[in-house]
Formats: sequence, C-alpha cells, structure tokens
Amino acid sequence: MGYKAKFRIWRGEGGEGRLEDFTVEVNEGEVVLDVIHRLQATQAPDLAVRWNCKAGKCGSCSMEINGKPRLGCMTRMSTFEESETITVTPMRTFPVIKDLVCDVSFNYQKAREIPSFTPPADVKPGEYRMQQVDVERSQEFRKCIECFMCQNVCHVIRDHEENKANFAGPRYLMRIAELDMHPYDVADRKESAQDEHGLGYCNITKCCTEVCPEHIKITDNALIPMKERVVDRKYDPLVWLGSKIFKRQR
Amino acid sequence: MERHEYDVVVIGAGGAGLRAAIEARQQGKRTAIVCKSLFGKAHTVMAEGGAAAAMGNVNPNDNWMVHFRDTMRGGKFLNNWRMAELHAKEAPDRVWELEAWGALFDRTKDGKISQRNFGGHEYPRLAHVGDRTGLELIRTLQQRVVALQQEDEKLHGDPEAYIKVFAECTITRLLKDGDSISGAFGYWRETGDFIVFDAPAVVLATGGIGKSYVVTSNSWEYTGDGHALALLAGAKLINMEFIQFHPTGMVWPPSVRGILVTESVRGDGGVLRNSEGRRFMFDYIPDVFKDKYATTEEEADRWYDDQANNRRPPELLPRDEVARAINAEVKAGRGSPQGGVFLDVSTRLPAAEIIRRLPSMHHQFKELADVDITKEPMQVGPTCHYIMGGVEVDADTGAASVPGLFAAGEVSGGMHGSNRLGGNSLSDLLVFGRRAGAGAAAYVDGLAKRPAVTGIEEAKAEALAPLERTGGENPYEVHHELQRTMNDLVGIIRKSEEISEALQVIEKLKERAKNTASSGSRIYNPGWHLAIDLRNMLLVSECVAKAALLREESRGGHTRDDHPGMSAEWRRKLLVCSVKPDGTSITVEEKVQPSMRGDLISLFDRSELEKYLTEEELAEYDAAVKES
Repeated sequence: MGYKAKFRIWRGEGGEGRLEDFTVEVNEGEVVLDVIHRLQATQAPDLAVRWNCKAGKCGSCSMEINGKPRLGCMTRMSTFEESETITVTPMRTFPVIKDLVCDVSFNYQKAREIPSFTPPADVKPGEYRMQQVDVERSQEFRKCIECFMCQNVCHVIRDHEENKANFAGPRYLMRIAELDMHPYDVADRKESAQDEHGLGYCNITKCCTEVCPEHIKITDNALIPMKERVVDRKYDPLVWLGSKIFKRQR
Repeated sequence: MERHEYDVVVIGAGGAGLRAAIEARQQGKRTAIVCKSLFGKAHTVMAEGGAAAAMGNVNPNDNWMVHFRDTMRGGKFLNNWRMAELHAKEAPDRVWELEAWGALFDRTKDGKISQRNFGGHEYPRLAHVGDRTGLELIRTLQQRVVALQQEDEKLHGDPEAYIKVFAECTITRLLKDGDSISGAFGYWRETGDFIVFDAPAVVLATGGIGKSYVVTSNSWEYTGDGHALALLAGAKLINMEFIQFHPTGMVWPPSVRGILVTESVRGDGGVLRNSEGRRFMFDYIPDVFKDKYATTEEEADRWYDDQANNRRPPELLPRDEVARAINAEVKAGRGSPQGGVFLDVSTRLPAAEIIRRLPSMHHQFKELADVDITKEPMQVGPTCHYIMGGVEVDADTGAASVPGLFAAGEVSGGMHGSNRLGGNSLSDLLVFGRRAGAGAAAYVDGLAKRPAVTGIEEAKAEALAPLERTGGENPYEVHHELQRTMNDLVGIIRKSEEISEALQVIEKLKERAKNTASSGSRIYNPGWHLAIDLRNMLLVSECVAKAALLREESRGGHTRDDHPGMSAEWRRKLLVCSVKPDGTSITVEEKVQPSMRGDLISLFDRSELEKYLTEEELAEYDAAVKES
C-alpha cells in the first residue's frame, strides 16, 4: 500500500531560504500534513509547520501545495500521482518566520480595526429573539476558521504590499458583512466598509471563495451584497435617509 | 530577557482561558493571555455538539435541579457537588451573555436559542450552532477580547493596556515567592527566546492530556502542561484515573484515527449497529439506568417525537457506557471491517436534513474518508477525549491549594466526577472560567504587596538542556512509546498487571526523556518543543497510572477488568496526586469526599441513591430529607 513520495519543501528563516528535496514514505489514507510530520520524526526534526486540530477545524496548517493555498490536514495524498513531486511552500502574502510558518499578525491587526458587535443598549442578555432564517446569513460567515487563505490569495495584497494598510482583506470585509447582517447590530458599517476597510479594492474575482476550505461563498454572499448596500447608501439619498430612520426603530 | 508585569496571567486561550481573562480584565486587572497556538485556534474549536444549559427553551420542564441531577448521575456521584451545583445554576447566564457578545446560536421557532438532545441529559439542553458550537464559542470570546481592546484603545490610547495576548508562547515553569505564585517562565515558539511574567496570580486553563495516548481526539497542544505546572508548583491533582474515551472517533483512514465524530449524530437520530446489523446498545443498559432508557427499537424511535411518553434510546447513555459497549462488540468479533462499529444516520434522516444539522461531520467524512454520511454508515470506535481529573480547586473561586494559583476548564478536576456528560464541557469552561478570573482578581486585591520572582535561572537551564545535548534520544521516539504504553496498558479497560507494567515503562521513559537531544536552532523548532513537553506528559501519565492502579473498582472513565463492580466505599474516596519535592515522581493519597449538602441530596430519590451510597451516607440522607 505504501510508497515513496517526492517532496520539495521550502526551508529557511530570516528572509532566506530554498526548496529542499525529500523522499518520504506515504501510507494509505494519509494527508500532506501526515507526511510533513513523518519528515519531522525521521529526517528533519526542526522542520517548522503550524498545525493544531488536524481535522480541518482550526485553520492553522495553511500552506501552498503545488502553488495552491490548501490546508495540509485536508489535502489527501491520494489526490496526487505517486510519481508526482509535491511542492510545499509557505503562504506568499505574509512574511515567513521559518520554513512553512508565516507571520500572520497582519490579520489580527485588521481584526482589531473592525468595530465590534454593537447591540442596542436596552436589550439584556436572555432577551434576544431572532428567527433561524435571519441568523443563517451571518452564520455562514461565522463558519470561518481563520485559516487566512482568502487573505493570502487575494490579489489586492498578494503582490501589493502597498495596499495592505488600506485593505482589510476578504476575511475581514466578510466580518463587516456578518455584523451588518446581524439582526441586532445597530452600528453603521456601510460608509466605513468602503472608506476605511477598502471594500472598493475588491473586484470580485472570487479567488477567496475558491480557496475557502469551509466553502463559504465569500464573494457572492458577503462581499457583493455589502457592495450593493454601500452603493445604495452612497448614491440614493432616499435609501440613505430611510435607512437612518428605520435602523433606529427596529 | 523579556519581562512583563501583570496582575493576572492566564495560561491557555481556549474557552476557559479567554473567559477567565475577560473576567479579570472586566474587574480592572491587567491581564495577559499566554497560549501555545495562534489566538483563536485553541482546542475548544473541536467541540461540536453544544453547551449544556438548563434554559428550558425547548422543554419548559428543564431547570438547574434537573441538570444538576443529570450531571451527578453522569459522573456516578463522584462529582464535586458544589461545582455541579454552580455549573447547573449559572450555565444559562453564561450562554445568554455570549449572545450579547455576538454569538449566533441556532434558534427555536419562537426565536429563542435552540437546544438539542445529548447523552445523559434528560431534556434537550445543548445550545448549539450546527455541529460547530466550539468554534462559535471561541470566536465569540476572541471577539469579546478584541472589543475590550478597542475600549482600552479609546480610554488609554493602547489596545493592549489591560489585556494582551502572547500567542505561540509556551510556559514551562510557574515561579514562586516562598509558598505563593509570583509569575511564570516560558519561551516564544517563534524565536526560542525566553520570557518572564511577574504576576501574583496565574490561572491555568491549558486543557487536557490526550497526547499521552495514540488514539485521541485531542490536538498536539494537549500535553498536560497545566496539570504538570500545577504539580511542580506544589498543587494537587484529583481524579486522574478518570479518562473519558469518547465512544465515536473515526477509525479510518489510520492517519485520522481518533478524530471526533460528534455525539449530535446520535442526539439527532443516528444509531449504532454491529456487523450483524443489530442495534446492540439495547444489550448494554446498566441497572442504574434501567428505568430511563427504552428497551425496544419502537419505543426508542418514538422518543424523538414524543419525549413525554417514551424513554430515551440507549445510544444516548452516558459516554462511558457507550464506549465500553463498542469495545465489547469489537472484541466479540462483531465489529465493522475497519475495527469499529457502524454509526448510521443515512437511513434515519433525509440527506438535506443531515447536511443542515451535521455539516462538519458530512464535510469531515467526505474529505478525509471518502464516505458520504447521507448515503452510508460511518465506522467509529472509542477515542481518548477528555480527562475528568485535574487540579484540585475551590469550587467558588477556582483557587488551587497554592496561593495565587487558579485553574478552570479541563485542567481542573472535580466538576465531572468519574465521567463528563457531553455538552457539560463548554458550559463548564464558561462558568468556571469566569469564576477563576474573578477569583484571581479578588486574590490580587487582597494582597498587601507583590511577590518577587525567583527561579528564573533554573527554569532557563531546564528548557535549554535538550538543545545542549548531542547524540541523545530522539524525543519523537520517546513520545511514541509513551503513547503506545498508555493506549495499550492504561486505556479503556484496565487490569492491575498491565498498569504495573505501564508504570515500569514510564520509569524507563523518564530516564530516556532526561537524555533527549534536539538538533537545530531555537527558532520554531518542534523537536525541541516536544523534548520540553515530554516532562509534562510523563508526569501526568504517571498520575493516571498510579491512581488507576489504586482504585479497585469500575466507575465512569475508569474500568478495571479485575474489579468490575462499582463500590460505595470507593465512591467517597478521591485519589490525590502530588509530586515529591525533587520533582521526579508522584505520590497518591486517599481523601474523603465531603457529604453532599442536605438540600442537594434531597433532590434525589432514595431508591436511586441506594445504588451509589454506603449505609452510613443513606442515614445522613434520611436525616436531611426529614429536616426538609
């Protein structure tokens, strides 16, 4: 059942590195992360990889496998030819700390820039009443495991360091949409989505949706509806006025 | 060396740690959260089913007393009853509070938080979001921390003025001033640089110990760090012999063996079958639960729609019962082709309903095992899931016996007795995370002066040792042998000779662990990290094995083949582990569990208590009932 697979893995630290070749045993049912763990245990004990749950739930083991952003724990070896050389590199958009581990602090900084959930002051815990159909839209976005692969693949920042300051990235634009669609959120998020978090940079190429391991329709269900809300607000004075009045009433 | 001063340091950023940190910060304390993974990646994300809280949204007959009784029954009456009481009373408030922080639970028709059925819970009680409740919980708490940081930025110009996360940072020693906690020592995983926290209060919220076993639902983080740190700081661990083997882990492919299959599959109608197609759980209803579970398939199936007039399906017995039953079926040769049993929901619910209710199970089986759970059964078997034992704490404050040390969540012991009910973990970490955070804040308020940090040099030398040795043992091999030993010899079914053999192996592994060498630099070096973690896993494994050898009965998460019955005498006894002063080996002492308060014990019928209590305790019960 087992065979020897050829791997090329990025090794390096401190801004320097190279692809290193390995030949390593692979057994039935294994995923790329298993093979990396075998390398650690047998050939390269200091090979750095971030991982945690190994079940596709924590979003730690994001990497680029043959150039595609993937979770190492959810990429089965059976999806490759046995003769194929599998190239594993760290996510490109973030600075590499060592080997496959990146500095993803950009994302945590962006998370802190999005104003938090803002419920009405007079609703007490235990008094929330929401219909399933009304929470489902935001629930889809809350499936996000923060693997940051959508951030990694987004061309706005993938090769444009200069855009990072003004662009929250798909994960956090989706967070804005999630809060905007939350039945109890009263904050006004439309103007800031465009002006402060860079929603306008997104030109809906759907790369984020394609790489999402949770299959969240980031572009169709979060970013495009958010763009529409912004447009309605910005260009239609009646909608703008109406939303100001009705938001308060709830 | 990098040094920080805080009022409270919380070790671990899962549910308990974040809830403790939020509380400490809300009480005005400068709080550090130190965690081994990235912020928001803790093991809590793996929790699937829900958080148990007697809100009564689905069945209005539910209340804290019913929840309390279920919890005590689940734990076979070994629970710290005060913890079980606080937990049952406070869980609803903790869940509602999450909603006010932005959590979006699934809803009932009238717009309240929906609640689902789970093993051992008399009524539908688990607040949930599909089967990814843990993720919702961690994200909500993470976002609450961020909200507090945004407040602090407005107030003080610095988001990290009062609460800061030190992610990918491992604590290797607690520091003390005399008898009291004075801080913590650790290293950054990223750089290998050392870091010292000066803090009068430390809250341990490090989770469990599953990485001492081969087949486990736990992630790499679960190396028993908090258990070991507490021991080495002079605190005591209780109930370490009780380990929950979750009945349903994946069995194939080998690389994912042990990954959790949520109990919600059974709560929502899934059934267990053996290779003969028989729903075998009907054959395994123990006497103590006889009148609460259905004896025919017809009655069990009616229960899903009419719970008032039917008894529950036996698939929903507490986890220890189901795990042992699966184990017995496989041993008797009635297992599935890949060494488990069948768990089938495909013939029980329409495909669309399965995908709606169990999306991550559907995803997990499809991606990892090529199995479509809407069309065919899963194959499942027991997996090391949760340790009931942990740091002995004061129920109300989470304080350990060492001044300044607190613990909450899985790393603490007592709440769940000998077996935890599903859903009681997420609620446990909210209730006791908050209490430990408040306990730590109050402790700091009561101090006349800050303690001084000592012991940094020793901690540094200990951490560096594996890097300074050359040609020593491979830490991965030592770890692997420990996992095999615990799995095979101190696993789900135990016997005296096997446990003794395990203890001999552990002694040898302790020697080998002292000799491990890690090549490479200090920068993000997993081999070095593992060499350091081995100390903790070995200490904890020794506690488990020694306590398991002493407890000559079978109860909850401790099954002795050579002592199959439950003993009323043993029920009153807790086994308390501490480390000898040289820090190298474990001693275990017996301690009597205090009698349940009169008003609490009166919540049970005498006929039920007769199955658990001694004559002497029953006399106390009679007196309590008379008085009330």
